[in-house]
Amino acid sequence: MKKITIRYFAMFRENAGVSEEVLDMDVATALDVFEQTRSRHGSSEPIGHCKVAVNDVMADWSASISDGDTVLLFPPVAGG
Amino acid sequence: MFSIAETDIAPEELRQQMFDPGAGGFCVFEGWVRNVNEGKQVKRLEYEVYEPLAIAEGEKVMAEAQQRFPHLKVYCVHRSGLLEIGDCAVWVAVASAHRDEAFKACRYIIDEIKVRLPIWKKEHYVDGDSGWVNCERCASVAHQHSAGA
Repeated sequence: MKKITIRYFAMFRENAGVSEEVLDMDVATALDVFEQTRSRHGSSEPIGHCKVAVNDVMADWSASISDGDTVLLFPPVAGG
Repeated sequence: MFSIAETDIAPEELRQQMFDPGAGGFCVFEGWVRNVNEGKQVKRLEYEVYEPLAIAEGEKVMAEAQQRFPHLKVYCVHRSGLLEIGDCAVWVAVASAHRDEAFKACRYIIDEIKVRLPIWKKEHYVDGDSGWVNCERCASVAHQHSAGA
């Protein structure tokens, strides 16, 4: 198991009811984190235009996740 | 330079900083808060910004614009927090020797900023409802850039 800090933004934060949580997770990639947190919080948001960052760096969903990492989950963005 | 502003954007003041003696063209795009979206009457907007990555990605977009459409000066500022109808939400300006680079760089920057930066828009409607905006149309515009269109 890995200790992962997860940060939620915008609709993900409202859906989770928290902006951040630390979980012991059996995960290999950023995609694993997305899917496990989605079922944990009962979210139905498709991965579609969602993005992820690991330790404050934009990442791919295939990025490896290590013990102690912080994973930032971004719902579809809408700047401008 | 890219920045996030928590208070009103003042285009006239920003414009003064863009002057360059070598510039023959100046192009600016202002994004304004409008009172309707997809048939719903909008009362105000709220932008949530994750600043560390918004600034890093914003600077990256501007460096890409400089490579693709070389220009003399560029500046972009995006609002965070609560905005009222008519407020300036984003301001992009490019000064270049000739107009072509100014137009193209300005367009590239606003299109990429809309789809790449960790910024979220929540609309508050006149009827009391609210909702996060999912900008699918913006995503298709970004796809055109990456396809070289």
